[in-house]
Amino acid sequence: MPSAIAETLSGLLLVATLVCAIIRPRGLPEALVAVPAAGLLLLFGVLPLSEAAAEARSLAPTIGFLAAVLLLATFADRFGLFEAAGSWMATGSRGRPVTLLALVFAVASTVTAVLSLDATVVLLTPVVFATVARLHLRSKPPVYACTHLANSASLLLPVSNLTNLLAFSASGLSFARFGATMALPWLAAIAVEWLVLRRFFAADLIGHAEASAVPRRPAPVYACLVLGLTLLGFFLTSVFDVAPAFAALGGAIALGIPLLRSGRTTVRDVALAIQVPFLAFVLALGLVVKALSIHGLGSLVTHLVPGGTSLGSLLLIALVAAVLANLINNLPAVLLLLPAVVGAGAGPVLAVLIGVNAGPNLTYVGSLATLLWRRVLRQRGEELPISEFMRLGALTVPPVLVAATVALWISLRVVG
Amino acid sequence: MMPSVRIVIWVVEGTWQGCVDAARRSIPAGARVALLHVTPSDVTGVAAAAPAGLLGRTFAGRRPTLPLPDVAGAAASELLAAAAQRLGRQDAELLQRRGRVEREVVLAVAENVDLLVVARDGDHSRLGPHSLGPATRFVVDHAPCAVLLVWPDEPPGVESMPPPPRG
Repeated sequence: MPSAIAETLSGLLLVATLVCAIIRPRGLPEALVAVPAAGLLLLFGVLPLSEAAAEARSLAPTIGFLAAVLLLATFADRFGLFEAAGSWMATGSRGRPVTLLALVFAVASTVTAVLSLDATVVLLTPVVFATVARLHLRSKPPVYACTHLANSASLLLPVSNLTNLLAFSASGLSFARFGATMALPWLAAIAVEWLVLRRFFAADLIGHAEASAVPRRPAPVYACLVLGLTLLGFFLTSVFDVAPAFAALGGAIALGIPLLRSGRTTVRDVALAIQVPFLAFVLALGLVVKALSIHGLGSLVTHLVPGGTSLGSLLLIALVAAVLANLINNLPAVLLLLPAVVGAGAGPVLAVLIGVNAGPNLTYVGSLATLLWRRVLRQRGEELPISEFMRLGALTVPPVLVAATVALWISLRVVG
Repeated sequence: MMPSVRIVIWVVEGTWQGCVDAARRSIPAGARVALLHVTPSDVTGVAAAAPAGLLGRTFAGRRPTLPLPDVAGAAASELLAAAAQRLGRQDAELLQRRGRVEREVVLAVAENVDLLVVARDGDHSRLGPHSLGPATRFVVDHAPCAVLLVWPDEPPGVESMPPPPRG
């Protein structure tokens, strides 16, 4: 097949795959278009079987790791970890809205870093919303903080974001080295978000609440202990050269067994929590992007992305990554960019992650997802305050990108 | 007999206590009072839209939770009841709306309302155009009735005035 046709076909299939994954017509699984799309590319020889096999082999450990992290977060939720966090934030705030926002920042950044941005978006945000509503304080600043930090605070660990997991396996960095290098950029991103949000929402951070309005929930000690040990396990695996996915799997088993025994979860729930359709989607998306990559787009991306680890190069890489993540979505963006930077060492790979992780705050969740999702929300009677969100994005994303990338540049010189 | 005055007090998180207290001091005894709360539809929209970027990662095995608009609705009912109690007027009508806050407030007072009581909610440290938040500013501009603007806490002293312009 001529390369131009192959490229057009892979491009169209990528768009169809993403559109289907975002709107999910009639709730059909996201893999429904992705898997046949990958199959079609294999059938027409657009994607050679050997390339597909190599891509699948490199994605398999990441997909296993993702499954374990998803389980870990689901089980932590079953233990009541997020409700306990809500009650802790309410009590700790003593009814003061600025203190409450600071605690939401701390909890959302930690949950994102340890249990992934998915946990913050799906499991923590509703709890934060309910907590603030019960306190009769304004919910806008804490809810925006959760959605922003889910992206910009997902820089710290490989488990914090699926993009990190994909880059982690390609970069050859150990878990500990990844965390040590990204600690400073993570803190820089959170600090910028705090400074901007605190000012942006100054008019909404007023009043005083009765902290007792939120029922007290004791912290699930066992679940916290297991999560702490899992986190320790992530770092220890890199010392003993074991795949960190095993630490996540160990943690998930330690949480899952008591839940299953006491009937607080069922085997069916566990099977659902692994989200097999999503794992199939990631694999298929990887193959579709690979096809696009080998038929021209890859060399274009390589041309766009500078090599080298000077501050200027890192900033440019982060910028390109942020633009691409906003145009399509951060998942295909990272899959497209990784082959171009992976030979250049840890710095450029981590700069890509700063771009694809913090960048999506600019157009909400990536422009494609925003455009499609807006209609779905309207049908549900929800309103998407697009101009306000983009105004806040325009105020936070550029300084977060610069601050985090400068922090990365310093970190690379200190940690090496 | 003269028809009694109808007053609406706009109850907002963060400023409602001060607003209700000021209204209690200012409104005539015979007035008919309604307490109004509007739940913003955009905040639940922000929370509902965020999963779009996850491309299908939905935590199918998670605990079931109440839909956010229901949570917000229950909190709004509680708030209005607390406001009625603070006002000492259990006969107050409770008006609960959902949508774009500033527009819903203006629509709620469009007919047969003599006075709308509104709390200032802007930046207290910089008195001037920004001492009204955007929604309050909109309501003050567009409300088709008289508006009583109250401080939710202590009013500033005269020393808060900047020096007069020279020349």
